[in-house]
Amino acid sequence: MSKRRDLDRKDRRIAYYGGSLMTFIGLAAIIQSIQYHVGTFRQMGPGYFPAAVGTILLLSGIGIALSPHRTGTVAATGADTQPRTQLRGWTCIMLSIIAFIVVSRHGGLLPATFSTVFIAALGDCDNTPREAAILAATLSIVSGIVFWWALSVQIPLVTWN
Amino acid sequence: MMAPALQDLWKGFGVAFEFHNLIWSFFGVLLGNLIGVMPGMGAMSAISLLLPLTYSLSPIPAILMLAGIFYGSQYGGAIGAILLNLPCHPPHAVTCLDGYPLTLQGRGGAALGITMLSSFFAASMGIVVMIFASPLLVRAALSFGPTEVFSIMLLGLLAGATMSRGPPLKGIAMTALGLLVGTVGTDVNTGVQRFNFGLPELSEKIELIALALGVFGIADFLLNVNRMKTRGDEIRIRMRDMRPSRAELKRSFFPMVRGTLIGMLFGAMPGTGPTITTFVAYALERKVAKDQKRFGHGAIEGVASPEAASHAKTQVDFIPTMSLGIPGDPVMALLLGALLIHGVQPGPQLITEHADLFWGLIASFWVGNILLIILNVPLIGIWVRLLRVPYRYLFPSAILFIAIGVYSMNNSLFEVAEILVCGVAGAILLSLEFPVAPIILGYVLGPTLEENFRRAALLSRGDLMVFIDQPISGLFLGFSALLIATQLLVAWRAGAET
Repeated sequence: MSKRRDLDRKDRRIAYYGGSLMTFIGLAAIIQSIQYHVGTFRQMGPGYFPAAVGTILLLSGIGIALSPHRTGTVAATGADTQPRTQLRGWTCIMLSIIAFIVVSRHGGLLPATFSTVFIAALGDCDNTPREAAILAATLSIVSGIVFWWALSVQIPLVTWN
Repeated sequence: MMAPALQDLWKGFGVAFEFHNLIWSFFGVLLGNLIGVMPGMGAMSAISLLLPLTYSLSPIPAILMLAGIFYGSQYGGAIGAILLNLPCHPPHAVTCLDGYPLTLQGRGGAALGITMLSSFFAASMGIVVMIFASPLLVRAALSFGPTEVFSIMLLGLLAGATMSRGPPLKGIAMTALGLLVGTVGTDVNTGVQRFNFGLPELSEKIELIALALGVFGIADFLLNVNRMKTRGDEIRIRMRDMRPSRAELKRSFFPMVRGTLIGMLFGAMPGTGPTITTFVAYALERKVAKDQKRFGHGAIEGVASPEAASHAKTQVDFIPTMSLGIPGDPVMALLLGALLIHGVQPGPQLITEHADLFWGLIASFWVGNILLIILNVPLIGIWVRLLRVPYRYLFPSAILFIAIGVYSMNNSLFEVAEILVCGVAGAILLSLEFPVAPIILGYVLGPTLEENFRRAALLSRGDLMVFIDQPISGLFLGFSALLIATQLLVAWRAGAET
């Protein structure tokens, strides 16, 4: 009986959301696969295999939602402290990759390096803008030497279009 | 039977010692070690990050370099686990239990030395097994039809899903998700576009490296930003500290042998992850020890045995990866994907058609392991300093390298966007406590699995019983059923006990 008590609300919530997400993806995969023509076991269409996999996903999703377990087993990659708000980190990391895509196309490798590293570094609350700029400038030099000069990556150093 | 194998191995050493191959192998070990030692970077991220560097090479040096990267990063992970209590690579989580207490007692250097010795010993044993078992396995594999291939892959996927960390159901869900991700793109049989969301760029498959770097790199950064600091300001290790004392050597010998045997056993079972291997090795050592209380407080046996197990398993894992094309764990799956990118199709034909590559690789395992020892003794001071690079400088740099690395593979910014999507998805899955490694396994095996599933059904004229009627296939499916049954039993027991 103590198993029920050991599970707190967080465990249930994780099981519920995780299971629902899987159920939803499985269902979506099945619906989409049907449009690709499923066929029969003997003559499988392109939708047969994804539909079968989608069914497995759907069923395991239901199973996951119904069987909450104690959490804290999987995501132990070495986080030190209790979670702080992650909004800043997430925004900056995502923006930094978007910055790389946009700036490397329109501005070249050096501006892309600088903006990517600068924005990503700002995601950490302990980095000041000055530190972030120094890190970004250092890596711009590194990436100029390593990627442009040594590995000749197909992005111009600086451009404008 | 032994003579031709030894002859081939001799030729393999010739390949591995060719100057430029040796140089690339050395580079691989060095870079792998460099990346692997950094906080938050495991073998997966090291290989995916460095894979683009090998694209300009011909297959043999490329694969030798990748293998080097693999050991280097694996060993680098052990350094972080022992010195900083940071299990960057999950199989090393168990090494922390006794490795870190040893560091606190000032014996961290000796623990690293023992790690090096036991991994070398275990890898050597694994290589010997590989030399003699591969030809046998190939002979069996040549008689496999699509039915057998499908069943053995199913068994491998199931084992990988259920025996990694976390509850088995979540592992199965992630494997299925990986299989689905693998179907994105053009269906090879009919040319139909599947799950491309209206994007013409997705008519090719999702890029393996973008997927791997997304779920192992970016996802990790998203979860750890502002949470991971640096530690270990006190650690100072010099070369001579790395020599273990005679008593430590004596105490580690049998654990090393036992760990090696366990590693081989698990290596022979496809799909069992390295993490479970190291945990079993540690548990066994604790069981057989006279004084169990020492464990957790710096017992050198608790370092020697799991490290030996993980290296022996890795080595033996190469056998099904190379000779059947069925990877034992996600890292192997990634290496398999790398081989495919280089135009080498692993499978029974590999040993005959690419004999120089296969035996060169085996020989380079030894060379690589020796290089690792040569490198690590003098460089340990630098590694320790690297371990202390603050996370807040590390991850922005890593994001840049990931973005440029993925871009340079196909000069495609679309693939850079793929890492963003995969990264966010991976972070969401991780925070819902899903293990992400089975995704890679499912993704890599998916297309082959589907292909063989379809062919088997076609050849049997739509008779589902064909998977059970064929003896070999039936055996593998029997194992799969057994696996599910034991998992159910374990879950049911756990529920009943508490």
